[in-house]
Amino acid sequence: MAAGTPTAPTASNRPQGAQRALEERGDMPPAADHRTSMAGSLRDAATAAFLVFVLGFFFLGVRSDIAPGGLTLTFRWGLLAIAVAIVFGARLLLNIFVFRTARPLTQRMGGAISAQGRAFPNLGKWLGRALFAFAVILPFFFTYFFPGRERQYIDLAILIMTYIMLGWGLNIVVGLAGLLDLGYVAFYAVGAYSFALLAQHFEFIGFWTALPLAGLLAAFWGIILGFPVLRLRGDYLAIVTLAFGEIIRVVLLNWYEFTGGPDGISGIPKPTFFGLEFVRGEGGFADFFGIPFHNIHRFIYLYYIIFILAIITNLVTLRLRKMPVGRAWEALREDEIACRSLGINTTNTKLTAFALGAMFGGFAGSFFATRQGFISPESFTFLESAIILAIVVLGGLGSQIGVVISSIVMIGGIELLRNLGFLSQIFGPNFEPTQYRMLIFGIAMVLIMVWKPRGLVSTREPTAVLKEKKRIGADMVAQGEGH
Amino acid sequence: MNERQPLLSVRKVETYYGKIVALRGVDVDVYPGEIVTLIGANGAGKSTLMMTICGSPQARAGQILYDGEDITATPTHEIMRKGIAQSPEGRRIFPRMTVMENLQMGASLVAAEHFDGDLKRIFELFPRLKERSSQRGGTLSGGEQQMLAIARALMSRPKLLLLDEPSLGLAPLIVKQIFEVIKELNRTDGLTVFLVEQNAFHALKLAHRGYVMVNGNITMSGTGAELLKREEVRAAYLEGGRH
Repeated sequence: MAAGTPTAPTASNRPQGAQRALEERGDMPPAADHRTSMAGSLRDAATAAFLVFVLGFFFLGVRSDIAPGGLTLTFRWGLLAIAVAIVFGARLLLNIFVFRTARPLTQRMGGAISAQGRAFPNLGKWLGRALFAFAVILPFFFTYFFPGRERQYIDLAILIMTYIMLGWGLNIVVGLAGLLDLGYVAFYAVGAYSFALLAQHFEFIGFWTALPLAGLLAAFWGIILGFPVLRLRGDYLAIVTLAFGEIIRVVLLNWYEFTGGPDGISGIPKPTFFGLEFVRGEGGFADFFGIPFHNIHRFIYLYYIIFILAIITNLVTLRLRKMPVGRAWEALREDEIACRSLGINTTNTKLTAFALGAMFGGFAGSFFATRQGFISPESFTFLESAIILAIVVLGGLGSQIGVVISSIVMIGGIELLRNLGFLSQIFGPNFEPTQYRMLIFGIAMVLIMVWKPRGLVSTREPTAVLKEKKRIGADMVAQGEGH
Repeated sequence: MNERQPLLSVRKVETYYGKIVALRGVDVDVYPGEIVTLIGANGAGKSTLMMTICGSPQARAGQILYDGEDITATPTHEIMRKGIAQSPEGRRIFPRMTVMENLQMGASLVAAEHFDGDLKRIFELFPRLKERSSQRGGTLSGGEQQMLAIARALMSRPKLLLLDEPSLGLAPLIVKQIFEVIKELNRTDGLTVFLVEQNAFHALKLAHRGYVMVNGNITMSGTGAELLKREEVRAAYLEGGRH
């Protein structure tokens, strides 16, 4: 640590550049330091701006259009100038406030974030309870306070809840067992297609009969995937699971006679409430309970289905963590050789993690199918796997509440972009904020990884404590202990 | 002691890493209630023998008998369920799990009713671990981690404890403490211990019998006191190496 630098508790959270700058500065007196000087910052920013000019010259500055007589060139010097100016300004600000200052801004912000965690040690617990309570009353909250728009909000809540469930399912595999799975969407697809195909071929199968079957089939595929990859770890495992996810999708796409190929499967039945369908008129849900029919009932019902499914996922995970198999998953993540030396069958441990994670993915998949009423391979691309994995990683590997927070932020955040109408008044009528969602996604991820490299919730709750009560002698109490 | 059946018997075991030979026909016997040590220089094959007993890698020739049963081709996790416990080289505790959780992992194959009693015994042997019970394994000092590794192995109620270099990288005082515990376990519980060590002086003083390994061969064996007196042992492993 450089001399004279205040040792912040988050020294390890600082970005690489700041670290390096600090170390280099350690050798020389601050006054003679050219690295913190304004001239240095300007020079650096100018270099960056020049690079943008060179790179952007052909990409931004010159544009070729097809014209009647061949190609015409249009020059867009204004656009290039704006790009150069933005990079120059941003780089200069970064230099002044982050890279070349004795007290980088990121350090203070990182410090503030982790100080918050220390000040409220039970923050996670209370936040979890508050979110749970809100989730229970959520549909009524929206119908009451946002009449007219409740359908949109409940739909969004269903979507977020689906991702929370997927995140929790994947958390078993990635967060607890430490097996990097890039093809989780395959199990989601298996669940969805299981239900869709079963419902298509057998009249009597509804959502509730298909749900356990879909889960079982997905678990079965989890084991199928598990077997060949048992010996792999880390990067190699990630590659194989990635390939597996793609294989499932490509099979679904090309096996036209069975899956309908790119046309997908439509007309998937909606879930019933103990046999009552959510339809207008005689025998429907509303008719049975003697309340006026409203479209929203079905959405509220769907919301509660996914809510309960997600809560089951969470409870099962929390319970298993305290049982030998869950502890073995975590031990496996920590040290596989040590696990074997303790007599743990690593093969079975990995397979249970894969199978269970896949099963929950399958449940979520069949819910997805029934909600949409239509599925096609397009819904199960690698991007879905990446989003689910990002939710788990950003939330903090192994953290259940972290998954909730990052699902709300990521999925809710994308939806929020659609509603930012005022932005088009600033950037012109053609500005479509959703087109920038991947950019914002990326920036958010980079920022979180800079400040919280182990995810939003990086602390791990121990599953066991020594039950013995501490006996404290009278002399110690007199000294102020044991209160 | 030799009239009894050995608890662990390694017979003419050869182990290879690919084409490279690591053990060239090793014979070692460990009788019930004994502390047996295996000493040797770096790369002699001590740890390889330890790992071969555990079945990873498996021996390509020869036989390993545990309690009269051939375990040469048994998978590792099944060997470790037969009453053998190992404190592996480099300790290999679970760093993000607490001390308690580490100990629970050690006890995962034992009936739950033994847990509380075993835990009490462990905390008597290693009072330091009790103080640290809710701390994460990775935050312990080297000596505490070694204690935890041994304690974790003991939680599986073994008949035979395999220790791979428990003194590695530890201060002499801690090494002494750990060796005291091993002696205590052997004396009061009758635990059989097979100890692989580079710290020849302490190991031979502790052990009933010892083997010296050079280049994948056992070159000498005898009681600990005998080996300590041998000129070759002194020259190779003790002079200048004593703590």
